[in-house]
Amino acid sequence: MEQNVIITDEVIENIGILAKINPENEMEAMKKDMEEILGFVNKLAELDTENVKPMSHIYDVFNVLREDKVVCEDKHNEMLSNAPETENGYFKVPKSI
Amino acid sequence: MKQYEKVIGLEVHVELNTNTKIFCGCSTKFGAKPNSQTCPVCMAMPGTLPVLNEKVVKHAVAVGLATNCRISEFSRFDRKNYFYPDNPQNYQISQLYMPICHDGYVEVETDCGMKRIGIHEIHMEEDAGKLIHDDKTGCSLIDFNRAGVPLIEIVSEPDMSSADEVIAYLEKLRLIIKYLGVSDCKLNEGSMRADVNISVREVSCNGEKMPYGTRTEMKNLNSFRAIRHAIENEASRQIEVIENGGHVIMETRRWDEENGKSYPMRSKEDSKDYRYFPDPDLMPLILSKEYINKVAENRPEFREEKIARYVNEYKIPKYDAGILTLNVAMTGIFEETVKLCGLPKKVSNWLLGETMRLIKESETDPEDINVSPEKLSTIIKMCENGSINNTVAKEVFEKVFYENTDPEEYIKTNNLLMESKKEELASIIDTVLSENGKSVDDYRNGKDRAFGFLVGQVMKATKGKANPAVINKLLMEKLKS
Repeated sequence: MEQNVIITDEVIENIGILAKINPENEMEAMKKDMEEILGFVNKLAELDTENVKPMSHIYDVFNVLREDKVVCEDKHNEMLSNAPETENGYFKVPKSI
Repeated sequence: MKQYEKVIGLEVHVELNTNTKIFCGCSTKFGAKPNSQTCPVCMAMPGTLPVLNEKVVKHAVAVGLATNCRISEFSRFDRKNYFYPDNPQNYQISQLYMPICHDGYVEVETDCGMKRIGIHEIHMEEDAGKLIHDDKTGCSLIDFNRAGVPLIEIVSEPDMSSADEVIAYLEKLRLIIKYLGVSDCKLNEGSMRADVNISVREVSCNGEKMPYGTRTEMKNLNSFRAIRHAIENEASRQIEVIENGGHVIMETRRWDEENGKSYPMRSKEDSKDYRYFPDPDLMPLILSKEYINKVAENRPEFREEKIARYVNEYKIPKYDAGILTLNVAMTGIFEETVKLCGLPKKVSNWLLGETMRLIKESETDPEDINVSPEKLSTIIKMCENGSINNTVAKEVFEKVFYENTDPEEYIKTNNLLMESKKEELASIIDTVLSENGKSVDDYRNGKDRAFGFLVGQVMKATKGKANPAVINKLLMEKLKS
């Protein structure tokens, strides 16, 4: 059973700001999608989780550690090769303050 | 006018001096070519996985124990989401919900006495890359060598109420961390960074505590001086806002030391919504009692213990011990030199006197001094057995301090040994005696004061370079013959 979730314009605007996306022309479509997605996930709210501890992993693995030893070589050419623009070994991006 | 008091809490970031980054095997060496210390992990390439550096855990626990924190048996990492080109992941891996250390304190001393400053928590996180903004082209250049360098963030309680206390707290943290040897803690180079949270509140006349005011966060504080200025300036600004009937806005401000002013940093568009959530790429950390005990057992001797030992074992005054132990590099030189030549008080005098003078003269960071204990002990020994006098010793030491010269060689090349000067000295004495016949007669007639005069004349003729004890001896021999 799906529950009704109402998403307002403000919510979409705020998510747009956080995601650096301008939702202007897709406002209604996004509202509809998000309402459906959240409504679907809301099913979980029906469960009684009173005595269930929050879980961050499904695997029973912990303390995955590595030795403090340098294993990476200088591969800056490869690292830079995906960048649209570079300059003197730096990544070059539009100025942002 | 109403009375106000400042309420200050600090967020201190400390760069840990590990060989590699916190989640990958890239070197952390300072000053490398841009982007030469990057890899698919710290560049956030799809499909890569971060793996925690065990040294970072050890260092964080060591700092936690040294600041009386409880160490979390269970801790984990969270993602702090934000868009900014200094981080290729678009999130910083940090610890929000379950930090590795919590509920500690340090004791600080100011003119107002001792005070306990609470530590809310210490967490591990990664540093961001470095941006260079170019106004001309309207572009930013990015170097990701620093992205992923391990940091610990030490969050204090809002327990400080003056710039003096803030600085005492920072000095204390710095000293503890330097003793642990986990960071070099340089404010001017960014290996220690302090963000200051400050608010003001009215002081009620009956001493009752008023509720906290709205706080602001001050960034870009690169020196103790800037921190002091920023605190005084921001407190005055907030009081003025309140006195004029306004409200302080919760915001982050950037300190401009040159103009002695701060400016609001973030715009509304950049609302602080980091959407923290547990990082699914990193497994939780579970620390056993044994592990924590082992870190505790391996801790170095701290300042208070060193002071006590220096006084008991080396019999140097507590004052000397107090100053020597303010600088970890100095304690190393002191202990090594004493091992080589004994004479702790003499060694202490050389470090507190001549060394401090040269540090000041050369404007060296006291933590960076590099005086070889071997060379210092050679100078002290030669001075003690009369091979060289004090003036020469100082001259040689200066050479060692600035140029790391070999003292024995320098003394030999420049003919500074007392022994080699004896003949020269004898002939100088002969000249002085023949030029001061009256004083010689006076002395022989029982006027002791004449002897002092003659010593002075000889000293003058040698330009102060002779050992007074040797002059006395030679002069006495000549006068008696």
